[in-house]
Amino acid sequence: MIYLQLFWAFFKTGLFAVGGGLATLPFLSQISGQYGWFTQAELADMIAVAESTPGPIGVNMATYAGIHAAGIPGGIVATFALILPAFIIMLIIASLLTRFSENSYVKSVMTTLRPVSVGLIAAAVYSVLKVALLDATVLEQAGGWTFDCIRIPAVILFVALFLARLKWNKLHPIVLIAVGAAAGILLQM
Amino acid sequence: MRELLQIFWSFFQIGLFTFGGGYAMLPMLQREVVDKHGWTNEKELLNCYAVAQCTPGVIAVNTATFVGYKRKKILGSLAATVAVVMPSLIIISIIATVLRSFADVPAVAHAFAGIRVAVAALVLHALIQLYQKGVKGALGNALFIASLLVMILTDLSPVIPVLCALVLGLLMRKAGREV
Repeated sequence: MIYLQLFWAFFKTGLFAVGGGLATLPFLSQISGQYGWFTQAELADMIAVAESTPGPIGVNMATYAGIHAAGIPGGIVATFALILPAFIIMLIIASLLTRFSENSYVKSVMTTLRPVSVGLIAAAVYSVLKVALLDATVLEQAGGWTFDCIRIPAVILFVALFLARLKWNKLHPIVLIAVGAAAGILLQM
Repeated sequence: MRELLQIFWSFFQIGLFTFGGGYAMLPMLQREVVDKHGWTNEKELLNCYAVAQCTPGVIAVNTATFVGYKRKKILGSLAATVAVVMPSLIIISIIATVLRSFADVPAVAHAFAGIRVAVAALVLHALIQLYQKGVKGALGNALFIASLLVMILTDLSPVIPVLCALVLGLLMRKAGREV
């Protein structure tokens, strides 16, 4: 029963992939070896598609892998199996947090947790900036930091879009994303 | 019912306009959930991210479940979670069955290089706003810098800084009571 196998494989992935996004990758690689629903090369294609479409990457990967294994119903089963553990765990945490939000221990923990959370996000933003503005292949060939790895057009576009964001705060984010996409095609980035 | 539909529609848009996964959803989330509907505030969002970092699963799903629950309990979290994955499900189904060579088209690759730059600008802006709301005082800045450096310079899991913050928070509360 392929749907049950799919459900179980992706439920486990959702349960053990902590940290989101590409944390699902090692699990998918293992699924590929164990069940043979898709090859490692197809997995590489999946990453490309998952990163080139909107939506959480982990969800995109599960949908794509499920469709590869058993068509669109397989995609639906894999997606819901993947998000089920997070859904259940967050439900429990959310209900506890709402109930104990006035507890002084919870309040104290939240004051130390918030700056750490911003730090974790800052680290994620750092890697987003690195991928967007630096040329990974040049960086690898040079074996370390060089000025050649800076993508000048990307940096100019970045500064322009950032200033636009500061100036027109109310603008819908999708407008800047559309401008980015158009600039990417025009400048052959 | 009306609010459930609103939750569904907001999270559907968040799923639809999140390019690049994870924290790329921050700007959309702030716009829809904090600025537009006021379902939660930035402080609560930060708590939620901290929890999402050390619980399993995709961060977008964790956040959707949390915000949905705050508004409409289990039904709200169900609506938000299904809505946030729905665009992926539809788009990937189309690409996987019809447009198999989608990612190989050069224009798509160029467009996404540009989109990555736009997303970088958007998340940097979101980060600055979160920093202003979430990092206060010397202790806050010390914790912020420590967790940032740990994540950039080491291979440690984000669970470690979150657990350290948890223990520190409990100890501070305990010390505060006894002093």
